[in-house]
Amino acid sequence: MTVHTPVPTGSPAEHEPSGGPTIRVMTTPAAIDESEGIEPAASALATPPTFPPEEVVFELDGLSCFYGSFRAVRDVSLQVPRNQITALIGPSGCGKSTLLRSFNRMNDLIDGARIEGEIRYHGVDIYEAGVDPVEVRRRIGMVFQKPNPFPKSIYDNVAFGPKVAGFRGNMDQLVEESLRRAALWDDVKDKLKQPGTALSGGQQQRLCIARAIAVEPDVILMDEPCSALDPIATLRIEELMRELREKYTIVIVTHNMQQAARASDYTAFLTMGEDRAGHLVEMAPTEQLFTRPANRITEDYITGRFG
Amino acid sequence: MALGTDTLTAREVVAQRLRSGSGDPRGLVLQGALLLAMLVLLAVLVVLIGDILIRALPVFLDRPVDFLGSALSSRPARAGIVQGILGSVALIVIVALIALPIGIGAAVYLEEYARDTPMARLIRTNIRNLAGVPSIVYGLLGLAMFVSTLGLGKTLIAGGLTLAVLVLPIVVITTMEALRAVPGSIREAAFGVGATRWETIRSHVLPYAAPGILTGTILSLGRAFGETAPLLMVGAIAGTFTSTSVGDMLNGSYTALPTIVFDWSGKPQDEFRALTSAAIVVLLVVILLINATAILLRNRYDRKW
Amino acid sequence: MTASGQPTAAPLRATDLQIAGGRRGRERAIRLAFLAAAALSIVISIAIVFSLLGNALYFLFNVDLSTLVTDGWFPRRGLYDIATIVVGTLIISGIAVLVAAPLGLGAGIYLSEYARPRVRRILKPILEILASIPSVVLGFFALTWISPNLVQPLTGAPLSNMAAAGLAVGILITPLVASVSEDALHAVPAYLREAAYGLGARKRTTSLNVVVPAAVSGIVAALLLGLSRAIGETMIVSIAAGGTGNSLFQLNPFAPGQTMTAAMSALAIGSDRVRGAELTFESLFFVGLLLFLMTLALNLLSDAFVRRVRSRY
Repeated sequence: MTVHTPVPTGSPAEHEPSGGPTIRVMTTPAAIDESEGIEPAASALATPPTFPPEEVVFELDGLSCFYGSFRAVRDVSLQVPRNQITALIGPSGCGKSTLLRSFNRMNDLIDGARIEGEIRYHGVDIYEAGVDPVEVRRRIGMVFQKPNPFPKSIYDNVAFGPKVAGFRGNMDQLVEESLRRAALWDDVKDKLKQPGTALSGGQQQRLCIARAIAVEPDVILMDEPCSALDPIATLRIEELMRELREKYTIVIVTHNMQQAARASDYTAFLTMGEDRAGHLVEMAPTEQLFTRPANRITEDYITGRFG
Repeated sequence: MALGTDTLTAREVVAQRLRSGSGDPRGLVLQGALLLAMLVLLAVLVVLIGDILIRALPVFLDRPVDFLGSALSSRPARAGIVQGILGSVALIVIVALIALPIGIGAAVYLEEYARDTPMARLIRTNIRNLAGVPSIVYGLLGLAMFVSTLGLGKTLIAGGLTLAVLVLPIVVITTMEALRAVPGSIREAAFGVGATRWETIRSHVLPYAAPGILTGTILSLGRAFGETAPLLMVGAIAGTFTSTSVGDMLNGSYTALPTIVFDWSGKPQDEFRALTSAAIVVLLVVILLINATAILLRNRYDRKW
Repeated sequence: MTASGQPTAAPLRATDLQIAGGRRGRERAIRLAFLAAAALSIVISIAIVFSLLGNALYFLFNVDLSTLVTDGWFPRRGLYDIATIVVGTLIISGIAVLVAAPLGLGAGIYLSEYARPRVRRILKPILEILASIPSVVLGFFALTWISPNLVQPLTGAPLSNMAAAGLAVGILITPLVASVSEDALHAVPAYLREAAYGLGARKRTTSLNVVVPAAVSGIVAALLLGLSRAIGETMIVSIAAGGTGNSLFQLNPFAPGQTMTAAMSALAIGSDRVRGAELTFESLFFVGLLLFLMTLALNLLSDAFVRRVRSRY
């Protein structure tokens, strides 16, 4: 499996057994053994992995998300690497979706939503004055929890984005290519004029992915894309994600830990604090987070003790 | 107390109670009373329409085409409603041209663009209140603003503007409801691929809401067709005049179908009773056609994708 | 395009994330156009208030206040007894509400609680048809059928009388009362009904003792709206209530009477003579202002009751 794994800065380079970056932790992951009465490092916050600048797609710097005066997400700092699948997991209500939606300024659409801190996309602060959220969203696409194809034909669903972006080339070709990349072309190639809503759930979601791809984005954000789908459709989407990773950077929110463990390269675990704001507990290469979590809370979550 | 053969076992008592059915006399009386209310209304409708039709029959049997095509006259045998028909149609056209774009535009702003600011809430409340203002007050507004201040005089245009202002709040409210019914997920999806707000509205929201908007606006035009009081205030003629060309009516004397009905109601001669009824029949037919169109459209497009 | 997986050739700049100038300009212009349309509604309200206030205040300042309390409403003679027209309005509206309350509420309760779908599909259109009948038609009906067939035989009233007009106005507002009260009853949450049935209550008990009281705010709102509409009704009273441009004070509903609205239309139809004696023209606006304030107050009150319903659930 040739996956372009970014080699992060400051690591003792190549021959890591896990092939991933090193995590510097603030405290030693002591033997967490309750029977011996050892007090675990309860609030140890592992520093998220860093990557070389040309591999960084998103950099979050102390990002907090507010709805009016209510803080939904507190002080998140992390980096999202290029052409990888990064999963955001955590118990429900901990702000994962809010965080994800701040990546493409979808929260702008909610009255009273605002952020503090910075979120840089390829080095540019996307909340800076003069940046238009419409352009941001063309480059950073989104697939939603419940498939939401437009009540139009399949063709028109895919063509809408490019059309408003001013695409002047061969639309038929673009539509076909997008549907191919979303692994939907064979299913729909002879019924492009039929309504998008006539497809099955899994197909609708792939249509939404094709629609997002058609504007040729750089990043695809996925907000629990499989939670409304049956297991078979879910697996197909996960396969698709692995294919898409070649061309796009993917950030996925999921409440399904097995999915994160199966499908992602990096995982960030968030949880809700006492102030009911979500915060980042730990981020690491997926295999590492699930087998050797640095933080007690992470371990509790992935072993099902809460959430 | 001796146990006699007339005492029932528990089992029998229960069986009796459960099987007694809806034997609740007072409940039946209530249900009957409520049904009676509905039947009274039905009876009123039947009597009203029946009475009008019977009165109008002689006119339609005698001189139907002449009635529809003649001008007003003080002589019943010659009186007709063509000026009213022309006037009403012209008024509706003016109302549609003015009230629909402005009303739909205002609704789009309030539902799609405005944030929940005090100003927006003020506008919304204001529109709801405007919808409840008596139509004659709109007539006063027309008289003061259009006839006098803007100097349009007692012309058909002033009448049309007055009716347009009357109908505007209704158009806004029904359009807002139609827009609110559009699922938020469609907007989200459009924004998600980088569409601007107008692109989203134009390509997705408006097409989805179009049947509802259409129904609401057609119904409001039907309402405008039957309005009389405001027209009287701004100078629609309740009397006779000779011209039957629309061009003349735009700048001078004009009337509308309901205004004719009003004028003729006041005439005591029996022949005019028949004429009034005939005019009412025409009026009702038009209004019913307009409403039926609106409802047909609504039912046809109700099955969404 | 940056989607190929290769590192971006040139670094991204903030200006790359700006929307094309033409597209942005168009967005702004369109938004402005819609905003103008919405602002127009405020302009209309202000226009109504101004046009009424201006002339009404002129009237009040220039009229001999004693003429506001005389024997009757004779505007062209300079006698402006307010009581005549207000009492006429209240009598006719009162009769209307007395008619519309049982009929409208009855229909509303029946449609909401009892009617089966098949029955609904017949009955609702009846209400809708009734609602679309213009008031001139009802006015004619009042004069030519209700009065001679219902009112006159029973009371010996003259052909034009307030009672006939009141009955017709009642028919006019019944669909409104029915639909608003039906909405209110419908809005009562299912769990209340289920709780009552679960305790073994009969339909009658549930409807009268649970659902209706729960919807009472909405029902009051319906009646207030009906009253407001009745007060503002012009054509029925102009045709059938018998008020000419001049009326004496009248309390007897079985006699002709004058309402605020009929007085206004009579003033206006004198067409060229609206600018009759002295303050005749301005008196028109004075009455209009009174009418506007009364209906506004009723509508706001009705709104308040609707809000009470919403806040409950």
